[in-house]
Amino acid sequence: MPKSKSAYSEPSKVSKPEHHIIVVWVDNEAGVLARVIGLFSGRGYNIESLAVAEVDKQKHLSRITIVSVGTPEVIQQIKLQLGKQICVHKVALFKRSDENILFRELALIKINSSKKNQEKVKKACKKYNSVILDKSKNSFVIQVTALRREIDKLVQTIRPYGLISISRTGAVAMTRGPEVFK
Amino acid sequence: MPKLLSGAEIVFKALEDHNVEYVFGYPGGAVLPIYDELKNHKSIKHILARHEQGAGHAAEGYARSSGKPGVVLVTSGPGATNVVTALADAYMDSIPLVCISGQVPTHLIGTDAFQECDTTGITRPCTKYNWLVKDVNDLAKILHLAFEVATSGRPGPVLIDIPKDVQFKKGPYTVNKTKVSKSLNGSKAKENISDKKIDQLIEMMKKSSRPIFYTGGGIINSGPKASKLLRELVALTGFPITSTLQGLGAFPGSDSQFLGMLGMHGTYEANNAMHDCDLMINIGARFDDRITGKLDEFSPNSKKVHIDIDPSSIGKNVKVDLSFVSDVDIFLTSLISRFKSKNKNFVDINKNKIDKWWDQINKWRKKDSLGFKNSNSVIKPQYAVQRLYELTKNKETYITTEVGQHQMWAAQHYKFDEPNRWMTSGGLGTMGFGLPAAIGVQLAHPGKLVVDIAGEASVLMTMQEMSTAIQYKLPIKIFILNNEYMGMVRQWQELLHDKNYSESYTAALPDFVKLAEAYGCVGIRATKPSELDEKIKEMISINRPVIFDCLVDKMENCYPMIPSGKPHNQMILGPEEDKEEVSAEGKILV
Repeated sequence: MPKSKSAYSEPSKVSKPEHHIIVVWVDNEAGVLARVIGLFSGRGYNIESLAVAEVDKQKHLSRITIVSVGTPEVIQQIKLQLGKQICVHKVALFKRSDENILFRELALIKINSSKKNQEKVKKACKKYNSVILDKSKNSFVIQVTALRREIDKLVQTIRPYGLISISRTGAVAMTRGPEVFK
Repeated sequence: MPKLLSGAEIVFKALEDHNVEYVFGYPGGAVLPIYDELKNHKSIKHILARHEQGAGHAAEGYARSSGKPGVVLVTSGPGATNVVTALADAYMDSIPLVCISGQVPTHLIGTDAFQECDTTGITRPCTKYNWLVKDVNDLAKILHLAFEVATSGRPGPVLIDIPKDVQFKKGPYTVNKTKVSKSLNGSKAKENISDKKIDQLIEMMKKSSRPIFYTGGGIINSGPKASKLLRELVALTGFPITSTLQGLGAFPGSDSQFLGMLGMHGTYEANNAMHDCDLMINIGARFDDRITGKLDEFSPNSKKVHIDIDPSSIGKNVKVDLSFVSDVDIFLTSLISRFKSKNKNFVDINKNKIDKWWDQINKWRKKDSLGFKNSNSVIKPQYAVQRLYELTKNKETYITTEVGQHQMWAAQHYKFDEPNRWMTSGGLGTMGFGLPAAIGVQLAHPGKLVVDIAGEASVLMTMQEMSTAIQYKLPIKIFILNNEYMGMVRQWQELLHDKNYSESYTAALPDFVKLAEAYGCVGIRATKPSELDEKIKEMISINRPVIFDCLVDKMENCYPMIPSGKPHNQMILGPEEDKEEVSAEGKILV
């Protein structure tokens, strides 16, 4: 350890960064997303996925689901900082490995290829609640819902069969059973 | 149908309803409708700054010394960007500010209009909350909410951005003060202080043989009653107490149980006591990095208790064993009443238990870590602060500072016995804070002595505000410890960078006495120790603003200090101890 006479301390032990899922209920008002996201970017954290939409029209409540990688200490700090914002109603924080939480991500995939390859894609997509949304002579758009890693894997599989475009929502989350996030 | 008012009228109605006496500001195109309305509201006095940063710091000085929120009024674009430093400063030091900024008309927002900037975007990370008001019907509600957010829970700055067309438009004025409905704004985030938890704390206090109170700015923010309760608690327990920079004055600096300030330039006894204690009770402080030093070795053998109004402060830097999310005032009231009822004559009974601890502390005290070699030929900066203290301590004196060596010397050698007498930029460390802050303090406390203990480099950053002091006849005293260097920068360069004084010397300083005269105030210069007292007395006796140019030892360093990467018990006491070579890795940490 170098001897330091600096004005700042040296970093102490840093925990390992992990995936965290943060669900935030906010007033659906201008700037609210920037307020929430700023707490991540201000700490140099990247957001892996983000899903946000109004869930209560009358109360103008939006639910934001954020997947981010960070050390537990910093993520906990972000959670507490979020809790203080007056636009935030509640915050839930959990790990991706939590078995009591359901995750789903939706993807739209566009395929442009021969009939043979199209069939291969349809087959591969089948177990992910696939729905064909649009069809033309050589192309179709298929919708799948699955876990993030399942979609990652699926995309890898079908990429050689004429995948030309993909759009994904980012994960949304919900607890199992009668409980709701607190 | 209520009478409709213009946006500008609504602004002043709200200010009146919140009993605002002073607005610190600077006019400009996008805020002119509000300035036009000023003449109709005689109870509100506008203080014209010379730069928006000065307006912001003046409002901070006003707020910190009075406990009331400071109000700032600026125009769009550069007006807003200039006030950002003051907002960030207030955010770090938890000072309530309500900043109203003009914005270009709604239809021009986003078009790169003249003097347009994304004010709410720029200030979002340095305010507690901010609003862009696009509908005049929301204005009154937002203004009331702004005051509540700024002053409740952990106080802080808020900003309301009002487009020019909204200032003209007519809307209703509602008086019903909206309450922050959610429970997490800090104000209502106090959990129920259960007797069980209080008993747990009392048990820890009774068991401890090496206890210490570590107190901070939260006590000042909680109000004068919190300071009184703290004094009662400390007397009731017989425990030693140390304070952060921001907490100075909450407990009397001249009391025998007070160990002085802790942290990087804190006293030897305070830091060693923090390191060796077995029970640390943190009341209203935030385990800042200037306080803890090396985190891994911070007070390794103590149980830690943390009382803070902000739930996000707890466990942020240091894990604690017991915590209370509460206003200090409320917490201390419950603790003291429960403590008193169960522990009669605690100090006497517990004396034996902590006697050894006090012996140890007194041994550390004998090191006299704030001592310095005085001189007959040149004024030592520490001596200058000591003389200023001795000659002003019997008056109700308010001290502000800039940032650097002089600030630390002021904190070390000026003893504060009352809260709200000490205004300094601790968190952000803003050079240029002290002079405008003194203006705000003087406005809040007319007739009292207000001194800015300054460095010549810092004070030049906001020197233009002298003109403000003259305009409003505010007899602030600018006491400059002039060593011609950015002293703290120079000190680090001396200790860390092989005395390569890169750009820390100001080769062309103004003649401060002539500068004072140019502004229309009084200039005084002291060059030798023998004339110091007489000149300080002269300064105090003048009922006009004074710039006091105190020429001090150019190479004096601020000791003691905890070098970083070191725990509390490895302080450097003076220049002799300071021979270690610093590695390249160490240097990059500055």
